[in-house]
Amino acid sequence: MKIRLDNVVKTFDTFRAVHGVSLDIESGELLALLGPSGSGKTTILRMVAGLEYADGGHIYFGTEDATDIPVRDRGVGFVFQHYALFPHMTVSENIAFGMKVSKVKRSPEAIRERVEELLALVQLSGLGERFPGQISGGQRQRVALARALAVDPRVLLLDEPFGALDANVRRDLRRWLRRIHDELGITTLFVTHDQEEALDLADRVVILDKGMIVQQGTPEEVCRHPENAFVMRFLGDANSLPATVRDGMAYVQDVAYDAAGLADGTAEVLFRPADVAWREDGQGVPAHIVRVLDRPDSRRVLAKTTGGQSVEFDTAPEFPHRKGEAGFIDVRRPRIYKNG
Amino acid sequence: MKRRVLPGLPLSLGITLVYAAIIIVLPLIALVFKAASLGPADYWRIISSDRAVASYVVTISCAFVATLFNLVFGLALAWVLVRYRFPGRRIVDALVDLPFALPTAVAGISLTTLFAVNGWFGGPLSALGIKVAYTPLGIMIAMAFTSLPFVVRTVQPVLEELDPTLEEAAQTLGGSDLSIFARVVLPLLTPALLAGVSLSFARSLGEFGAIIFIAGNQPFETEITALLAFIRLEEYDYPASAAIASVMLIAAFVMLAVTNLLQARALRYTVRN
Repeated sequence: MKIRLDNVVKTFDTFRAVHGVSLDIESGELLALLGPSGSGKTTILRMVAGLEYADGGHIYFGTEDATDIPVRDRGVGFVFQHYALFPHMTVSENIAFGMKVSKVKRSPEAIRERVEELLALVQLSGLGERFPGQISGGQRQRVALARALAVDPRVLLLDEPFGALDANVRRDLRRWLRRIHDELGITTLFVTHDQEEALDLADRVVILDKGMIVQQGTPEEVCRHPENAFVMRFLGDANSLPATVRDGMAYVQDVAYDAAGLADGTAEVLFRPADVAWREDGQGVPAHIVRVLDRPDSRRVLAKTTGGQSVEFDTAPEFPHRKGEAGFIDVRRPRIYKNG
Repeated sequence: MKRRVLPGLPLSLGITLVYAAIIIVLPLIALVFKAASLGPADYWRIISSDRAVASYVVTISCAFVATLFNLVFGLALAWVLVRYRFPGRRIVDALVDLPFALPTAVAGISLTTLFAVNGWFGGPLSALGIKVAYTPLGIMIAMAFTSLPFVVRTVQPVLEELDPTLEEAAQTLGGSDLSIFARVVLPLLTPALLAGVSLSFARSLGEFGAIIFIAGNQPFETEITALLAFIRLEEYDYPASAAIASVMLIAAFVMLAVTNLLQARALRYTVRN
């Protein structure tokens, strides 16, 4: 099912949570809404579900205008961050809930069969008689997914689905969710503030800030071509050096970077910690080493430029230099953005 | 004895046990001894006399109706107080405790005045042919009035803690308001409702002050068990009074046991493997 958001607006009291967001989600796509807290990503998800009504704009499911369809008739599967399993029902009863309250009557045998099928899908066969309080967090989230899938939703919505889980469990569940999605081909929209999760899992990532879309594209597109400093910073560690743009060149202290197309004025040069070479031959921004941190597969160097800016970069474990030594920071893939 | 970090266990436990023994257990033992001094035949004759049995029927049936009323109305009141924000909510919330704070005799006299044939409510009601004061209906109203806070105050905190995403989840799964209430909300409130109902019922069984003013106290019709025990007491027939009181005591114990059993059943899901 193709989902389309057309200029959707939501305001809480006086706080405008979502400013005119338009978005197309292709049928069968796995799309991530990525943003910091307060960026409106969860509000957008809840409006698609019908758990909030949009104050303006339209939401289409296929060609049908779903904007005013109440949540119970919208046919969405929703997975909550904290599972929201019914604590007084067994795992099987939780999964069967949607089928039992449905207007479409199903025989008890048909329901039991479908529950078994879903338990097998989420790899929890044999745990059907347990209560949610008796299984682990990762298992609970899989039950929540099975429960959402039981009603054959037109679209699957997940609100920070792995947010409450341990890092290891989270990585496993992520890969597993991708497999399930590929198997079922259901249009899926999920919300996260974890860029690694979004890039790992999604076909396409929509990055939000302050209730607006700042960039959307495949993980490759947003990683390789961040359109502004916010996206660059949000997707991973980034160093920043102040620069001045003159005649299509950006100058950091005495070092020039190509800034073709940028108007003259102040700007900032952003770069990843991995995109730095430490040199002693005078090429790059002069700096000295403040600290060296050791990690299993690399060394992270904290340095300070002669202009007083802090810079962090990663080097091979063999990096021989020590605290206090002077050298030059050679930036390999600088990204230059105008200020403001 | 193992060393503990928290101080004061022997002292506080000692005080607690002594206090419980003196205030709760001792009077009950005295009551049982007094009743036991009768001998089985006399005991049975007193507690199974027509007048006593009639008083049990009046007390239990009225308490049952009053509790049923409080179950529905108390749940609704707790629901409104927890789920909605409206002007005067805090005043209503404070009013709920009034039946606890008010001397029961005051409650009884006010209710009698209101529901007497010439009272504000009694007048119009008697025009409709409904008599409240000096009938079992009056007893029910007095019982419902004095025991209302129990259901509200036991359900309220549980309702406040009820995760709203459970209801949202049920909605996304297609549940109607009624099915969500019946299948999700009510089962989760059941333990609290049972606790509230059992307290409310117990209080109604034992209520005295509020009832005797409005009941009319006609033997076989509107005489409650507590009053019968009191009448025997005034006749200096202490053993008979104790015998009747022991029946109420047994009823209270049985009811507590049954509620605990039901509560344990309703809370099965919280037991971990």
